Amino acid sequence: MYDVVIIGAGVSGASTARELSRYKARICVVEKCEDVCCGTSKANSAIVHGGFDAETGSLMARLNLRGNLMMDKLCDDLDIPFKRNGSLVVCTDPEKLGDLYALYDRGLANGVRGLEVITDRNRLLEMEPNLADGVCAALHAPTGGIINPFVMNIAMAENANENGVEFRFNTEIMDIEKCEGGFVLHSENGNIKTRCVVNAAGLYTDKFHNIFAEKKIKIIPRRGDYYLLDKTAGQYVSKTVFELPNKMGKGVIVTPTVDGNLLVGPTAIDVTDKEATNTTGEGLDIVLEKSKHTVKNIPMRQVITSFAGLRAHEQGHEFIIGELSEALGFFDCAAIESPGLTAAPAIGEMLADLIKKRLGLEEKDDFIATRKAVFDPSGLSEGERTKLIKEKPEYGTIVCRCEMISAGEIIEAIHRPLGAKTLDGIKRQVRAGSGRCQGGFCTPKVMEIIAKELNMEMCDLTKSGKESRIVLGRNKDWI
Amino acid sequence: MKYDIVIIGGGPAGLAAGKAAKQAGADSILILERDHELGGILNQCIHNGFGLHTFKEELTGPEYAERFIDKVCELGIEYKLNTMVMHIEKNKRVVAMNSSDGMFSIEAKSIILAMGCRERPRGSLNIAGYRPAGIFSAGTAQRLVNIEGFMTGREVVILGSGDIGLIMARRMTLEGAKVKAVAELMPYSGGLKRNIVQCLDDYGIPLKLSHTVVDIRGKERVTGVTIAEVDENFKPIAGTEEDFDCDTLLLSVGLIPENELSKEIGIEMNPVTNGPLVNDRLETSCEGVFACGNVLHVHDLVDYVSEEAALAGKNAARYVKKGSGAKAEQNITIEGKNGVRYTVPSTVNPELMEDFVTVRFRVGGVYKDRYISVKLDGEEIIRRKRPVMAPSEMEDIKLHKAKLCEKPEAKSITISIEEG
Repeated sequence: MYDVVIIGAGVSGASTARELSRYKARICVVEKCEDVCCGTSKANSAIVHGGFDAETGSLMARLNLRGNLMMDKLCDDLDIPFKRNGSLVVCTDPEKLGDLYALYDRGLANGVRGLEVITDRNRLLEMEPNLADGVCAALHAPTGGIINPFVMNIAMAENANENGVEFRFNTEIMDIEKCEGGFVLHSENGNIKTRCVVNAAGLYTDKFHNIFAEKKIKIIPRRGDYYLLDKTAGQYVSKTVFELPNKMGKGVIVTPTVDGNLLVGPTAIDVTDKEATNTTGEGLDIVLEKSKHTVKNIPMRQVITSFAGLRAHEQGHEFIIGELSEALGFFDCAAIESPGLTAAPAIGEMLADLIKKRLGLEEKDDFIATRKAVFDPSGLSEGERTKLIKEKPEYGTIVCRCEMISAGEIIEAIHRPLGAKTLDGIKRQVRAGSGRCQGGFCTPKVMEIIAKELNMEMCDLTKSGKESRIVLGRNKDWI
Repeated sequence: MKYDIVIIGGGPAGLAAGKAAKQAGADSILILERDHELGGILNQCIHNGFGLHTFKEELTGPEYAERFIDKVCELGIEYKLNTMVMHIEKNKRVVAMNSSDGMFSIEAKSIILAMGCRERPRGSLNIAGYRPAGIFSAGTAQRLVNIEGFMTGREVVILGSGDIGLIMARRMTLEGAKVKAVAELMPYSGGLKRNIVQCLDDYGIPLKLSHTVVDIRGKERVTGVTIAEVDENFKPIAGTEEDFDCDTLLLSVGLIPENELSKEIGIEMNPVTNGPLVNDRLETSCEGVFACGNVLHVHDLVDYVSEEAALAGKNAARYVKKGSGAKAEQNITIEGKNGVRYTVPSTVNPELMEDFVTVRFRVGGVYKDRYISVKLDGEEIIRRKRPVMAPSEMEDIKLHKAKLCEKPEAKSITISIEEG
């Protein structure tokens, strides 16, 4: 029997796992997909929010601010790419200046530091020369940031794993029942018993919550379509540029990513299918149209991909975190929509604290607080790189030409504690295939490396697990 | 390391440039190739039809490459395989890397850019839908099928009628897949006429002109796509949607010259071709740096790549021996007008030019029974009738030195499409 089973290896599940791994306990994370970071955590704005948007006094506001403040140390400890580039919420209608000041006031009440409303357009243009012509004022939040959400998720999961947390992939939980001393989770691969459950199942948290809770919740998948532009457009803005928020969310943003691309999106379209991460023509058109209000002449010819993610929206628009009184030992981590990524470190901390008290857990004395990222040779001098290649020739072969990723980095990504097993897994770990040719050149080579390192058949390799096989047979198999 | 000429890319352009440079008297030449063999993309083009102009016979891609590789070896031209050029610098220092030498730099007197091109990915088309496995650019599928021996799928729809897409329609059919349709956004094909006949018509594969993919279905692997007709603004027409069940979508929607290195040293680019602007010696705005092949502008026939690259090689050799000798004020600009989208080169120097210069260009639409008109400072010097011109088939005209020297003060040449 486990002490804690966490359902979901997204960013909240991974954060909770890592925080819990500070304690002496048997912990397991179960994930329905083949890897960590496969749901909402992989398709979002990759923003560390300042914390001025959430309603003052809400859990969302508190955890946003706390998460933001924790981010520097976390990223330092776990070697996660993070940059405080600052954000601007821009106002394009002088009549809505009041809304901008209201946001400023809310930010102050929420405890956000450094906020400033700038009404001098020239000053704004000095900060961000490509702002749209109609921009008349902006709220500047210097504590806003950008982060690599994949690496953040992977890093916390890896660190948890190194501290003893078990991970079970391709394990979907079908049902949960109470049993003597805890719960039994029914999965495709058999039953799992545990004293405590953390419901961090993202879009599916309502399913597990509603098994026990009297007050039912309903998670509504709220789709966000995005455009991602080439690194050649990555400098088009330096700060994250927001529209004034509306009732559906924070609007369309234009932001650099921490890896140097430009990201434009999202929409906010409520859908019913929790797997419907398809973009739509209308959605992408909305992104295009709305982004023009804040930033002008975005070089859309440099779009390299578009994608959509689903937010786990709940009508109360508040994080649902805590123990169910109807089922002691069952902890919700539900309705984690924006600013969920920012809040994740604080969510993990909060849940770990509650569970520690519930189970009376003791702290370990051998907790490993740090983790090193996949080694990135790009910063080495010519001489240092040659020395590395003499020892490890795989670092001398560039596989992904757009991102200049060597075979050495890909091989390391495969052999990490929770190593990548798929094309998308490699992409999230080391960016091979995420550049301007979108894997056109490196796909066959990455496939060869995965097949060799994991001793797999080419035909069994997948893009993202399950039935997503890349090649389906050998030539003439079907003649 | 020091070389007279460093050639970046060992595909058809790099090989032909190397051969010509050596034959023009350059001593030390080094070809840097990132793949494990010379020949570039020709190695995966196992169909025939190469070399009709160059060798007066029909060769496969690997055979065509072999002719040049043999020559390069015979001439003792050095090359390094599995070698990636990481950076180039304005002073012509080339920084490269491979697994045996590590990271190293070469001082070159001249650089020939021959990096080729890449395929436009799905993302740049904004096709809505899911992002499952089973979506490949045609060239990636070609590599998987022709070199690795793996089938990307059983039931295929192809978007784009570029030559690689057409060739892959036939390849996939021959290897046992069912190709259900080729959709083309434009009202005309992006590929050569002969490929439409030999790769689609002969196998009964429908070519749907003015159609595009509007939806991709399948959460893990592609399960189908929706194709719709488009209006004159390329917007899908509601009500014309047709669903195709398939497990594979191949994209043959254009090629982009790979000029990341060129941009590193600030070479001036042509926004139409996405390749460098060059003079009649195929020299870029950076003195002593030449460009040829698909990195300069995308070609439809490799024979023309070889011809163009030979010119770059010869001029690089001359540059190494004699320096540039060119004065900018001697240049006559060449501009495409009225249906001519671009020209390569974009300037010609009557003093330094050979007896004639071949100007290659593409037209922006399908034209029947029109004339190509070349004007020197407004005065027509060439008028040639063409029964059919299309964007998919590169055109060329020859400018003769004697003619240009008749007007020593001339400043500009325009090439345009005219009626009657």
